[in-house]
Amino acid sequence: MLLLQCPYCGVNAEETELAAGGEAHLKRATVGDSDEAFEGYLFMRENKKGVHLERWRHAYGCGKWFLAARDTATLEVFGTYPAQTTEPPADVTENIRAKYPDWSWKETA
Amino acid sequence: MSTRLANSGRLIDRSKPVEFKFNGKRFKGYEGDTLASALFANDQMMVGRSFKYHRPRGVVASGAEEPNALFNMGEGGRFEPNQRATTQELFDGLTIRSQNHWPSLEFDIGAVNQLFARWLPAGFYYKMFIHPRPFWKHVYEPFIRQSAGLGQVPQEKDADTYEHFYYFCDVLVVGGGIAGLAAALKEGQAGKKVLLLEQTADFGGRAVVDGVEIDGKSAEAWVQDTLAALNAMPNVTVRNRNMASGVYDHGYVLGYERLTDHLSDKSGPRHRLWRIRAGHIITATGAIERPLSFAGNDIPGVLLAAAVRDYVVNWGVSVGDRTVVVTNNDDAYRTAIILKNAGLAVPAIIDARASGAGPIAAEVEKLGIRVLKGKAIAKVKGKTRVTGVKVCLQAGEGSVIEEIACDCVAMSGGWSPVVHLWSHCGGKLNWDEDLAMFRPDPSRAPTGADGKAFVSTVGSASGYLSTADVLKDAGLEVTTNEVAAAPLEPVWLMPQGAGPKLRMKAWLDYQNDVKVSDVQLAAREGYESVEHTKRYTTLGMATDQGKLSNINGLAILSKSLDASIPNVGTTTFRPPYTPISMGAITGAARDELFQPIHKTPMFDWHDANGADWEPVGHWRRTYAYVRNGETVHDAVNREILNVRENVGTLDASTLGKIIVKGPDAGKFLDMLYTNMMSTLGVGKCRYGLMCNENGFLSDDGVVVRLAEDTWLCHTTTGGADRIHGWMEDWLQCEWWDWKVYTANVTEQFAQIAVAGPKARQLLEKLGGNMDLSKEGFPFMTYVEGKLGEFDARIFRISFSGELSYEVSVPASQGAALWAALQEAGKDLGVMPYGTEAMHILRAEKGFIMIGDETDGTIIPQDLNLQWAISKKKEDYLGKRAQERSFMASPDRWKLVGLETLDGSVIPDGSYVPAPGYNPNGQRNVQGRVTSTYYSPTLKRGIAMGLVKHGPDRMGEVIEFNREDGTMVKAKIVDPVFYDKDGEKQNV
Repeated sequence: MLLLQCPYCGVNAEETELAAGGEAHLKRATVGDSDEAFEGYLFMRENKKGVHLERWRHAYGCGKWFLAARDTATLEVFGTYPAQTTEPPADVTENIRAKYPDWSWKETA
Repeated sequence: MSTRLANSGRLIDRSKPVEFKFNGKRFKGYEGDTLASALFANDQMMVGRSFKYHRPRGVVASGAEEPNALFNMGEGGRFEPNQRATTQELFDGLTIRSQNHWPSLEFDIGAVNQLFARWLPAGFYYKMFIHPRPFWKHVYEPFIRQSAGLGQVPQEKDADTYEHFYYFCDVLVVGGGIAGLAAALKEGQAGKKVLLLEQTADFGGRAVVDGVEIDGKSAEAWVQDTLAALNAMPNVTVRNRNMASGVYDHGYVLGYERLTDHLSDKSGPRHRLWRIRAGHIITATGAIERPLSFAGNDIPGVLLAAAVRDYVVNWGVSVGDRTVVVTNNDDAYRTAIILKNAGLAVPAIIDARASGAGPIAAEVEKLGIRVLKGKAIAKVKGKTRVTGVKVCLQAGEGSVIEEIACDCVAMSGGWSPVVHLWSHCGGKLNWDEDLAMFRPDPSRAPTGADGKAFVSTVGSASGYLSTADVLKDAGLEVTTNEVAAAPLEPVWLMPQGAGPKLRMKAWLDYQNDVKVSDVQLAAREGYESVEHTKRYTTLGMATDQGKLSNINGLAILSKSLDASIPNVGTTTFRPPYTPISMGAITGAARDELFQPIHKTPMFDWHDANGADWEPVGHWRRTYAYVRNGETVHDAVNREILNVRENVGTLDASTLGKIIVKGPDAGKFLDMLYTNMMSTLGVGKCRYGLMCNENGFLSDDGVVVRLAEDTWLCHTTTGGADRIHGWMEDWLQCEWWDWKVYTANVTEQFAQIAVAGPKARQLLEKLGGNMDLSKEGFPFMTYVEGKLGEFDARIFRISFSGELSYEVSVPASQGAALWAALQEAGKDLGVMPYGTEAMHILRAEKGFIMIGDETDGTIIPQDLNLQWAISKKKEDYLGKRAQERSFMASPDRWKLVGLETLDGSVIPDGSYVPAPGYNPNGQRNVQGRVTSTYYSPTLKRGIAMGLVKHGPDRMGEVIEFNREDGTMVKAKIVDPVFYDKDGEKQNV
């Protein structure tokens, strides 16, 4: 059962307090965008064995959405951060690179 | 003959005799006995029959690894099957019955299966019962279910209570043997908050039984001193009868504490489930002895060597008078010494190693025990108990050299570290060739949130077998009186060249009746993966989860496949370590605490006035108010007609109510709803639709503009939390720069729908300061003020098609307002109505219902709701999705009304078949019913449905299927059945 620290209220929250929300940093496609772009936004998701950036809501706590960088295989947590950002913050990226020097996020690769 | 010895028995209290019942017979034991030791003391060697062949089985172990001695225990509300005799402590009044036999343990009809064992090999059921197909369901399965199975299913409700307990510590030590005690002491002295769990009642593990001396004092004294030191530390907590059942992600551990299982007095909680978060977990779980695979190794009286000496030392019980020890290692020699010193006979030690034992051999010799080197057991003699063994060469094929009479065989095939907890979260193992065991690899430990190891092992769990090595692994340098051991010699089959006849009687998994020959057959048939072999042969799938059988089975498989043991690998270790009760998992969450019920402020009134309850999410809503002598159906019809003729009240408090407020609230709601909400005038109401990003309808409800910057959004009863979460998701994660607040105030307000031609009269009778006239309070607006003495918001909206108001008051005033309406409306004929009447009233008007007309694949356009989609807006959630070609297709099924020609009601779930079949061989379909009711207003069946090209087929008669195969004809009509022009709601 995972423990993730909520970056808003600081609580080390148990998985049962949290609601998972899938991949983070999706870019919304909408009216005016191509079918391909819209399909990518709506359906295409990362399914990595390794580093994953994902959305969590502290549903049975402060109610805030936050983001987490987590290794899906080892369950190592590289950091959690507020949802109001379009890319992972530098300190989280650094933590990931300490473990996986070649890692780069698909949007900045 | 097994019996109680005159002295010895460090755990029993001979001054406290207790009585228990076995298969109706009265037996005696002592406090401190386990059920298994007490059965031995009463010479009850046979304790049950095996799963498949119904062979007689006796106790084989002395702890959690026991595969055979499982019992139906207790009676009535305390009956429980599959209770393990070796871990069940004896108490006065304990009642047990043996399992898996008929009609009796001694004479069992199913034992005839043994005669057919040749034709019941691995995979027998898969091979035999596949043809002819229908036979499985009607002939084979009922028969197999009758004859197979372990214990019985409890018939009464559990009489005990259970609880959960949360615990946090720096270090959790699992196991109260010397390794665990030493590790806990070290961590405790370092100032850590330590919890130590021991699954049995007793501390010290093997060391205290084997009589080892540590630094000149007995292991017993060492254990007592260390325990005393631990108990004196305020930062250390020690608990016995508490098994760590599983290790989970990020340091989560479940502890299973048995509080009253060992007592006659059953008051208080029976089990306590410890939900532990540990910074680090040290498993000091010891090791389990392996059986040897020789013919007849399952006959009652054949036990693990260490178990035989456990029974003597711990409980003063001898399994037999004459015990033959058979081994491939030095440790089993201890059993011979302890038995001899207890005055019992040991006719021989059969050592498979040609070179025999190390220095311990001299000790045995001194006691006059004969040692047969390089020898093996060809076969155990006896049916329901051991009568002797036939000896052969280990290197040969089983030619008998001599026979030795005995009534007990103590076997040892070496030791396997208990690596379960290490492995639960991914700890990896190395195969140790010399010790023939899988050992935890500290460089490949389970890792936690910080990427570092969070489980480590100590002592025998690490693979150290001597006391000095065990304590050294725990960080303690000691001297002991143990002599060095000669190397073990791996023996996976005895004798090594045993032919098919012997292999068919050499058991691996006692509980599931898996033999050496079965695993070999599986390998021949191509089951190369250990996981496949496990499932094909059922090796290790019993309630003991292969604690005794897995390594032996693995070795046989690897030999058969000519692969090394580490290349074959182990099956996956999964929690729990041994079975834990469902009650412990449930804890207090049962009966009324299983799931808290949401109640509206008017709940008690409904309950006192004939409410027929319907669960809606966590809410309870009134389906109908049943009066004397009425059926529920009668009540529904009466309520509907009364709304149409007089006036009715509906408790609508469960509807979701979400306040959306802020400078950007209008902009936000324009994105959320398909309609334009920013242009809604203050004081006005508008029906709105919400879609998800896939374009499908997700919720609907009336939106009210309360003030320039404030909207009130009504949602469906089940949708309140979900839609509030949905709003927050978009505000926090996508449009975080928009200035909007949301608040879910669903439970802050009680809401009552007052509907019917006399609704205005009823409200006016309550008085107050609001103008409720047609002109002063038009349709789709709202007013706020005093209704009588109540602080009310009144919305003039209608879900029934009648003149209708929804009155919202603070939740605290809800019950009083409801009562006041019933009182004031007496002479107007007011009646409360329930959710079913509400459903039918709306269906008569052709109003859609989320969850009836929609199922997560329906877009507003399918329901002819284009009028609720703003054409002026550039964007809203779901708009892009609805532009996709499939969504715009004219072939989508569309909403229509349906009128049966004979006035009957179309069954729920009916489809309209179309000619031909699809590629799966199913009938093609062209439509289905979504809502179908008997309308008391129209006195006929009415329905709504989705039909291909439906709106273009008005007047056409189509056929819906019934379950009995007949069809019902229905005409496609407009979905508004009642008051098509909407005159009645606007009076």
